[in-house]
Amino acid sequence: MIKNFVTLLPVALFALCAAGALEAEELGDTDAGQKVFKKCTGCHQVGSGAVDKIGPHLNGVFGSGAAEHEGYRYSKSMARAGADGLIWTAETLDAYLENPRALVSKTRMSFRGLKKAEDRANVLAYLRTFSDDPSDIPEAEPTAIAIDHDLDPAILALEGDPEYGEYLASECLTCHQSDGTADGIPSITLWEPEDFVIAMHAYKRKIRPHPVMQMLAGRLNDEEIAALAAYFKTLEE
Amino acid sequence: MTINRRHFLGTSAAAAAALAAPMVKADGHGKPRVVVVGGGAGGATAARYIAKDSKGEIDVTLIEPSRMYYTCFFSNLYLGGFKEIEDIGHSYGTLASGGVNVVHDWAIGVDRDAKTVSLAGGATIAYDKLILSPGIDFVEGAVEGWDISSQNAMPHAYKAGSQSELLKAQLMAMPEGGTFAMVAPPNPYRCPPGPYERVSMVAHFLKNNNPTAKIIVADPKPKFSKMALFQEGWADNYEGMVDWIGADFGGDSVSVDPNAMTVTIDGEVNNVDVCNVIPAMKAGRIAELAGVTDGNWAPVNAIDMSTKADPDVYVLGDSSQQGDMPKSGFSANSQAKVCANAVRGALTGSKVFPAKFSNTCWSLIDTDNGVKVGATYEATDEKIAKVDGFISATGESAELRKATYEESEGWYTGITTDMFG
Repeated sequence: MIKNFVTLLPVALFALCAAGALEAEELGDTDAGQKVFKKCTGCHQVGSGAVDKIGPHLNGVFGSGAAEHEGYRYSKSMARAGADGLIWTAETLDAYLENPRALVSKTRMSFRGLKKAEDRANVLAYLRTFSDDPSDIPEAEPTAIAIDHDLDPAILALEGDPEYGEYLASECLTCHQSDGTADGIPSITLWEPEDFVIAMHAYKRKIRPHPVMQMLAGRLNDEEIAALAAYFKTLEE
Repeated sequence: MTINRRHFLGTSAAAAAALAAPMVKADGHGKPRVVVVGGGAGGATAARYIAKDSKGEIDVTLIEPSRMYYTCFFSNLYLGGFKEIEDIGHSYGTLASGGVNVVHDWAIGVDRDAKTVSLAGGATIAYDKLILSPGIDFVEGAVEGWDISSQNAMPHAYKAGSQSELLKAQLMAMPEGGTFAMVAPPNPYRCPPGPYERVSMVAHFLKNNNPTAKIIVADPKPKFSKMALFQEGWADNYEGMVDWIGADFGGDSVSVDPNAMTVTIDGEVNNVDVCNVIPAMKAGRIAELAGVTDGNWAPVNAIDMSTKADPDVYVLGDSSQQGDMPKSGFSANSQAKVCANAVRGALTGSKVFPAKFSNTCWSLIDTDNGVKVGATYEATDEKIAKVDGFISATGESAELRKATYEESEGWYTGITTDMFG
């Protein structure tokens, strides 16, 4: 938990400095974003002539639904997120880039995530130039909304009570199986506590779509989410 | 926990004496005893969690007459041909291996002063805490012309198993262009969307095997669970096949004749080929015998599911009158965990956490066309009160409906594992 706190400290500092500065249409620095995008080019192309490679091309990704791009074979998990109604906006893309598995549990995008909010803002600003934009296409969706989703590091630093977590987890186990079997309902065992906490808060804040999970996460407080994460970690050990 | 260990060691002589003597109260003597009556979504879950979490500190006995439990949830999918009967049958072997003393017998009486349960086989079992989760029984005389002796001619199939198989056989034997009738139950009853999912599954079967057949539903209610979703689904998938007659159109005035195979709705006699009568329901009989019911159901305290009548007797699931939760397997399972936590706390001093309840009901309308409704609940002084909820929308994409169905299959595996281990 200390480690988590330290790695997220820059995020918090950035959020403090940048609060209010990120407005619609001004996600970040597109030039800096182009450099960050080099981390992505092993799998993704963007711009004129971009085609699907290991990952789908990213033209027009803003405002599109998850797994909507035709011709690309998505993971079951991404297809499910699309069916659940996940739309790629600056907010959801930011959450996805921060921690792909926290938003889409079994995404095939094997990328640990961009932990620096500034990097995410910049790369999204760059990608945004390849999607319809209300500034040049008036009927385009205003997808470049300001980013305000970073979790308070204090939330990630909370030490959960595994005994309380075990009791709370009994509610999860009506649908999810503790041995990690995933059939129609994803596995929630063997998760990193940090991923677990970020995912639950993404549901709680309704960034991550799914009515049952939004409802159940919605009434859990920060300590309860930490308790669940702590319990599911004990399952791992 | 250490206190209880010492307590146990210190009274081992008394415990040995208790074993030798018949009908000895466990109260204050040896290991605390929990007796659970009914091995469904409420009872099996409660027994399993108490045995598992107390790690042998509590004696748990589960009394359930059936060797094989057929879940009511997904029994409609069996009627529709999406599941085999074996898919919804579960034995109690894993629960027994998990430390639950499983007794296949009928509980026929409760002596709340002596704190004992008597069984049809003649035995008497003492308890410190008694958990009743007996599901539903039918209100006598609820549908004119029908009683339990008519259930072969006109099955209810609302307790799954042989009744489900009978209704399926009758459905398969229906003459071409025949009529399937359902008499739907009044509120409150087990599984609010159940009758309408059943209509959907029967329609699915008929569409593929007997497409000119018709379905009539006589309903004493003016509206029902997920009504807009079902009506949209029937119009889109089974056009012209389903005739739902609600209370506003005489659906509340029904009698049946099992010998003549007729259903009379608002004075009009209909000759039918299959008739599924789902009568009005009440708490399982043992709740009434235990004297914890008030009217048809057993009022309980939301905080731990203990009855208003007796703090040492708990009622879970369909039989309980708890407030806003629907009578469903999911609800019973959710209530069981709150109850198990409270009972264990009361008997061993383990930590008791705040009550949290939830429910989700999935229904299948047609192939890969699932919908759901759900809510979260909290305990208030008066009742289990709804906090938040959601329902599938009409006009959803085929992808979402397919994902919802797949989710329901995942849930089925999840909850049955949670119940039976």
